[in-house]
Amino acid sequence: MHPAPSVILFTTFSGLGFGLLAWLGLGYPAVTGLTAFVFFTIAYVCAVGGLMASAFHLGRPERALKAFTQWRTSWLSREAVMSVAALLVMGVYAIGTIFFATALSLVGVLGAVLCLLTVFTTSMIYTQLKTVPRWHSPLTPVMFLAMAVAGGALLAGQTTAAVILLLLAGGALVATWVHGDGAFARSGTTLATATGLGSIGTPRAFEPPHTGTNYLLREFVFVVGRKHGMKLRIIAFVLAIALPVILLLVPFSHWLALVAVLSHVAGVLVARWLFFAQAEHVVGLYYGKR
Amino acid sequence: MTTLPDNTEKKLGLVIDLDTCVGCHACVISCKGWNTENYGAPLSDQDPYGAAPSGTFLNRVHSYEVQPLATSAKVQPPAQLFHFPKSCLHCEDAPCVTVCPTGASYKRVEDGIVLVNENDCIGCGLCAWACPYGAREKDEAEGVMKKCTLCVDRIYNENLEEVDRIPTCVRTCPAGARHFGDFADPDSHVSRLTAERGGMDLMPEMGTKPVNKYLPPRPKDALPEIDVLAPYLAPVDEAPGGFLGWLDKTLEKL
Repeated sequence: MHPAPSVILFTTFSGLGFGLLAWLGLGYPAVTGLTAFVFFTIAYVCAVGGLMASAFHLGRPERALKAFTQWRTSWLSREAVMSVAALLVMGVYAIGTIFFATALSLVGVLGAVLCLLTVFTTSMIYTQLKTVPRWHSPLTPVMFLAMAVAGGALLAGQTTAAVILLLLAGGALVATWVHGDGAFARSGTTLATATGLGSIGTPRAFEPPHTGTNYLLREFVFVVGRKHGMKLRIIAFVLAIALPVILLLVPFSHWLALVAVLSHVAGVLVARWLFFAQAEHVVGLYYGKR
Repeated sequence: MTTLPDNTEKKLGLVIDLDTCVGCHACVISCKGWNTENYGAPLSDQDPYGAAPSGTFLNRVHSYEVQPLATSAKVQPPAQLFHFPKSCLHCEDAPCVTVCPTGASYKRVEDGIVLVNENDCIGCGLCAWACPYGAREKDEAEGVMKKCTLCVDRIYNENLEEVDRIPTCVRTCPAGARHFGDFADPDSHVSRLTAERGGMDLMPEMGTKPVNKYLPPRPKDALPEIDVLAPYLAPVDEAPGGFLGWLDKTLEKL
């Protein structure tokens, strides 16, 4: 799959933003006034910025409001509804803590649940796709939620929780890699099933429909950088998980925490690039490509 | 509305005969022509006369080579070449419809055609992600998703001659490799073709239940070996006598 920068930025930053909002909604840290303002600003910039980035990959962004209508069947529509609901409910909670030094704990808990549901709906957009066997697994939502909760804990300054959750998120990340590597083969979809010609013998793509490229090849067949996959996985794991954990375990300082956050964000960006770049869509089979 | 209908009154679709298709791409061209000038936004091209041309097509013809398995009769069977037209299969369980966030994609209750309402489409591309067959493409000029309409603007069009009220790819195919009809009617031309020739689904494991069926290639004929020169080269006399017999024996001894 083509790793579009807009989608990578969107999933990374909205995950972090909603992760942080969930922690704030549960009262970790229990902040008020100016400190609360700073925390909520960071969370909203990440979450809203991520959502805005996602609008850049639309062909017709001016009609984006229509995406709120089909929540009955569409995970993308559910994500739109959930994200706005989460942002509105958390907005009420934020106003309480910033201006009235009052944590409306029920609102906060509801907001936190909505934030996690938003991340879940994001992950389901990918998980639902049978056409991309690497994503079509319960591990995908587990990984998205684990990364969001761990990243949120890191941003919320919950040192102990962040260490544990980062390690769990790292486990989920590695699990998606290990499980995902054999997913296409296990799916059973081959050029033989795609063409129905398997009963005669082994089919091979002989000639593509045209000499140039097309939307399908640009969107679904991405092979650039695949050979560096292993190196990039190590880089992603070190930056997103290992380095932040080490920095949190040494005696606390705000500067080290900042480095941990930046390292985590950079690592998640690399991991999300891999999430798309290593995902193979079955339509590539028709072109003799993966 | 992106909820799929439980059942459609008709199941309009195509039968594509892989035994007959000669790979001329006429269906590709007539599809592009009709659908550029009629329903919805035109099918745009980018850099059409430049170094890297690319464009939106609703129907493309692939070519595949199949190496048959060796048998005791044929140790080295020759490879076979098939041309493979591919357009939207108008699936009964169309994953492209249910993922649509805006309701632009829908499956018609009356005839089962899967369509895009281009005024509602935001061009997010998720329907193309959900389609295993590559039947949907985003038009780069218009920013909306384009797909085969089964020529909905031809098949009910009373301004056209009756003979033309079929999809343009079917109308134009010079080999008769494409057939259009109602699969809900067991006596229809397409239903009978599917039953007689063992029409098959593409990627049945995806669970999309495609309406369009592909007819598998018939087995190749095994003609007896004919050699037009053989009669002239056959020995005239198996055991010649007389002078020829003597010559034959003498030459054998040499």
